Amino acid sequence: MNLIVAKEHFSENVVMLEIEAPRIAKSRRAGHFVIVRVGEKGERIPLTIAGSNLEKGTITLVAQRVGVSSSKLTDLNVGDYVTDVVGPLGQATKIEKQEGAVLCCGGGVGVAPLLPIIQAHKAAGNRVISVLAARTKDLIILEDEVRKSSDEVIIMTDDGSYGEKGVVTVGMEKAIESEKISEAVVIGPPIMMKFAALCTKKYNVPTVVSLNTVMVDGTGMCGACRVTVGGKTKFVCVDGPEFDAHQVDFDEMLKRMGGYKAQEAEAFERYKACK
Amino acid sequence: MDNSISRDAAWREEIRKSMSPKDRMAIERVKMTEVEPNIRNKSYIEVNQGLTAEQALLEAKRCLDCPNPACMTGCPVEINIPTFIKNIERGEILEAARVIKNTSTLPAVCGRVCPQEKQCESKCIHTKTGKPAVAIGYLERFTADYERNSGKMAIPEVAPANGKKVAVVGSGPAGLTCAGEMAKLGYDVTVFEALHEIGGVLKYGIPEFRLPNSIVEVEIDNLRKMGVKFEPDFIVGKTATMNELREEGFKAFFVASGAGLPRFMGIPGENAIGIMSSNEYLTRVNLMHAADQEFDTPVFFGKNVVVVGGGNTAMDSVRTAKRLGADHVYLVYRRSMDEMPARKEEIKHAQEEGIEFMLLHNPIEYIADEKGHVKQVILQVMELGEPDERGRRSPVAVEGKTVTLDTDMVVVSVGVSPNPLIPNAHPDLKTTQKGTLEATDELQTTVEDVFAGGDIVRGGATVILAMGDGRKAAANMHKYLQSK
Ligand SMILES: Cc1cc2nc3c(=O)[nH]c(=O)nc-3n(C[C@H](O)[C@H](O)[C@H](O)COP(=O)(O)OP(=O)(O)OC[C@H]3O[C@@H](n4cnc5c(N)ncnc54)[C@H](O)[C@@H]3O)c2cc1C
Ligand SMILES: Cc1cc2nc3c(=O)[nH]c(=O)nc-3n(C[C@H](O)[C@H](O)[C@H](O)COP(=O)(O)OP(=O)(O)OC[C@H]3O[C@@H](n4cnc5c(N)ncnc54)[C@H](O)[C@@H]3O)c2cc1C
Ligand code: SF4
Ligand code: FES
Repeated sequence: MNLIVAKEHFSENVVMLEIEAPRIAKSRRAGHFVIVRVGEKGERIPLTIAGSNLEKGTITLVAQRVGVSSSKLTDLNVGDYVTDVVGPLGQATKIEKQEGAVLCCGGGVGVAPLLPIIQAHKAAGNRVISVLAARTKDLIILEDEVRKSSDEVIIMTDDGSYGEKGVVTVGMEKAIESEKISEAVVIGPPIMMKFAALCTKKYNVPTVVSLNTVMVDGTGMCGACRVTVGGKTKFVCVDGPEFDAHQVDFDEMLKRMGGYKAQEAEAFERYKACK
Repeated sequence: MDNSISRDAAWREEIRKSMSPKDRMAIERVKMTEVEPNIRNKSYIEVNQGLTAEQALLEAKRCLDCPNPACMTGCPVEINIPTFIKNIERGEILEAARVIKNTSTLPAVCGRVCPQEKQCESKCIHTKTGKPAVAIGYLERFTADYERNSGKMAIPEVAPANGKKVAVVGSGPAGLTCAGEMAKLGYDVTVFEALHEIGGVLKYGIPEFRLPNSIVEVEIDNLRKMGVKFEPDFIVGKTATMNELREEGFKAFFVASGAGLPRFMGIPGENAIGIMSSNEYLTRVNLMHAADQEFDTPVFFGKNVVVVGGGNTAMDSVRTAKRLGADHVYLVYRRSMDEMPARKEEIKHAQEEGIEFMLLHNPIEYIADEKGHVKQVILQVMELGEPDERGRRSPVAVEGKTVTLDTDMVVVSVGVSPNPLIPNAHPDLKTTQKGTLEATDELQTTVEDVFAGGDIVRGGATVILAMGDGRKAAANMHKYLQSK
C-alpha cells in the first residue's frame, strides 16, 4: 500500500501522482519503471518513474487515462493508497558523454518518462535538444521542466496551436540538419516511435526507443511483453524497455498491443457506465 | 497415548498383528472420489474430493508396515511413511500428522501435487507382487486435511527470539519452508516476494482445481502466527540489493526465487497474438483472476486451443482452457505417452475431461490472420528414434509429414529457466551454465551468507524437493550463524 501525497492534472487526461515509495525512490535510475495495481481486483500496469524525491521518499508517475486501469489510478486522490507499487523495473538508460548533441523526443504522455533521461543527459554534460510533440497545445506537458534541462526546445503540434505545426519528425529533421546529433532518444505512442525510427535511420543517427508493450508481471516471468529486436525475441520488462530503434519490429509490436483491444474497450465501457 | 515412532513399540506391534499380511494384501486400493468429468471441466471445483475416514482406515490397513520400508527410500524427504500410516490405522490422525511434519512442512500441498507414482508409491512392496501401491499420497492428504479441519492444527513451537534477522527471497515452497524452520529456531524472518501475492507457483501456477488457494493460505497464516514477516512487491536485487539488506542488519539469506522464466521454441510466427507461455496464461487466470469479469485483467477465451508440451504445466493449461469454455483443446507433445513428464493422475484427469492428445507432433510454424492473431499451426509428425544415453527414445521428424490445425489460441509450455534477476544484480553469486545458482551440498552459494534452494538451484523440479531444500538450507544457515 503506497500513499498518494500529491496530484496534479497536466491536461484533461494526463495526471501526475506523487507516491510514497522510499525504497524505489532510492534505487531507481532514469529509464526504470514500476508496476502498479489499484484495488484487489485491479490489473498490473507498467508506468515509467518520471522522478523521485529522496528526502520525501516519493516517486512521481505521470499517467494518461486510456482504459480501465489507468482511469482507476488517475481517479485516486491525495490521501488514497495505491494497492501495489513494485519496482524499479527494467534496465536503466545508458547515459554517456556524447560528442554531439543528444536529441530527446517525446510524444504526448511520453514526455514524462523522457524527462529523467533529459535531466540525466544534461547532468552528464551533454548538449540536449528536446522535441515535444502533441496533437494540440493543451496536451504539451512538463514544458518548463524540460526547458530547465535542455539547451534547445522544439515544440510541435499537429494543429499548429502551439510551437510549429507538424508531426514530431519535422522537428527532429530540423535539429538533425542543423547540427551533429550523436544520439536520439524517442518515447511516445508506438506509431510515433516507428516513424521517428525511420527518420533517424535515414540520417544514420543511433536511436533509442522505450517500448510500452502489454505486461503482466514485469519481472520476466510471463513473456507477455515480448518483441522482436534484431530478429531475436526480447522481453521488454527485463531486457528493455529501451532498445535500438532501428532493430525493433514495430509492426509486430503494434499488432501485439492491439491483442486485447476488444476486451479492453468492453471493460472501459462498463467502468464508465458504473461511474 | 504412546507416541513412540518405533516399529517395535507395543501399540505398533498390536496393530500389525491385528490382521494378517495376506488379508491386508487382499484389500483393493482405494478409489479417490472425483467430481464427474463433465461437471468439473466447467468449474474450478477441486477434482479430487479426498478420502473419507472409513476409506482412509481401510487403505491404511493395506500397508504391511515393512521392516525395511522401501517407500521411504522413494520419498525425497524420507517421511516416516509406515509410522504415519499405522497411526491412521489406530485412529490417531493428529499423531499421524505430527509424524509427517517431522520431515515435511507442507503435507496438504504435497499430498495433492507430489508425483507419488514416481516416488514413494513406485517403491511400495505391493508393486513387487503386481498389486497397486498403498495410496500413500491420498493418505498424506487425508491426514493433513483432517488436521487442518480439526481446528487443532498445531502451530510449531517457536524458540525465544534471538534477535537475528534473516531474509528469505521468494515465497514458493522452498522459501516458505525455510522461513518456518528459521522462525522455529527463534530467528527474525522476513520473506521478500516480487509478486503481490505470497505462495510462488503454488498460487500463480498450480490451478485451484488441483490445489485450492485456501490450503496454501492456511500455511502462510501459520507462518505469520509464528512471527514470520512478509514483504510482497519487493524484488531483491531491484527494490533493494542484498548488500543494502545486509546494511539493514540481515545476517543471512536464503534465495528461493524459482525457475520462473518461460522458454519459447523460436519458430516462425511464435509472437502472433493469441500465443503465450503457460506462465502467462496461468498467471492471468490464477493470480490475476482474469476469467472473472469482476477483475480487470483480460484473458483469451480460445475455442480451439493448442497447448504445446507434456509436463504438469501443460496439463494445467489444457485443463484450464477447457474450463474456460474451449470446444477443442489439443495437447501437442513431441514424444509418446510413456515419456510424458506430467503426473499420471493429471494425464488421466485431462483425458477424462475431453482433452484431445496429439502425441508425436511438434509445432514448426504458426500462421496469423491479417490482424496478427494466430489462426493455424503447422505440426511436424514425429516418430521415436533410437534411445539416448539415458535410455529415453528421442523423437525424430518423419520427413515431409505435417498436419495443419486451425487454432485461435496457443499455450507454449516447453519448460522454464531460472530467473537471472538475482545473479545479475549480485555478480558474486556464481551460476552454472544452465543459469542455476551454484550451491554446495549444504546449499551454500559462492557467497558465505547466502544459501539457495528449490528451482533456482535445481532448474524446474518439484514442490517436495523445493520444500526439502528449504529445511536443509535452514539447518545449515543456523549452523553457519552459530559459528559466527
Ligand atoms: C515500460 C512501460 C512504461 C510505461 N510508462 C507509462 C507512463 O509513464 N505513463 C502512461 O500513461 N503510460 C505508460 N505506459 C503505458 C501504460 O502501461 C498503459 O497505458 C496502461 O497499461 C493502459 O492500461 P488501461 O487498462 O488503462 O488501458 P487498456 O484498457 O489496457 O487499453 C486502452 C487502450 O489503450 C491502448 N493501450 C494499451 N496499452 C497501451 C500502451 N502501453 N501504450 C499506448 N496505448 C496503449 C489499448 O490498445 C487500448 O486501445 C507504459 C508502458 C510500459 C510497458
Ligand atoms: C503450472 C505448474 C504446475 C506444477 N505442478 C507441479 C506438481 O504437480 N507437482 C510438483 O511437485 N511440482 C509441480 N510444479 C513445479 C513446482 O511448482 C516447483 O518446482 C516449485 O514451486 C519450486 O519452488 P520454489 O520455492 O523453488 O520456487 P517458486 O514456487 O517458483 O517460487 C519462487 C518465488 O520467488 C519469487 N521471486 C523471484 N525472484 C525474486 C526476487 N528477486 N525477489 C523476491 N522474490 C522473487 C517469485 O515471484 C516466486 O513467487 C509445477 C510448476 C508449475 C509452473
Ligand atoms: S512399502 Fe508400502 S507396504 Fe511397505 S511400509 Fe511402505 S507403504 Fe507400507
Ligand atoms: S511482463 Fe511478464 S515477462 Fe515481461
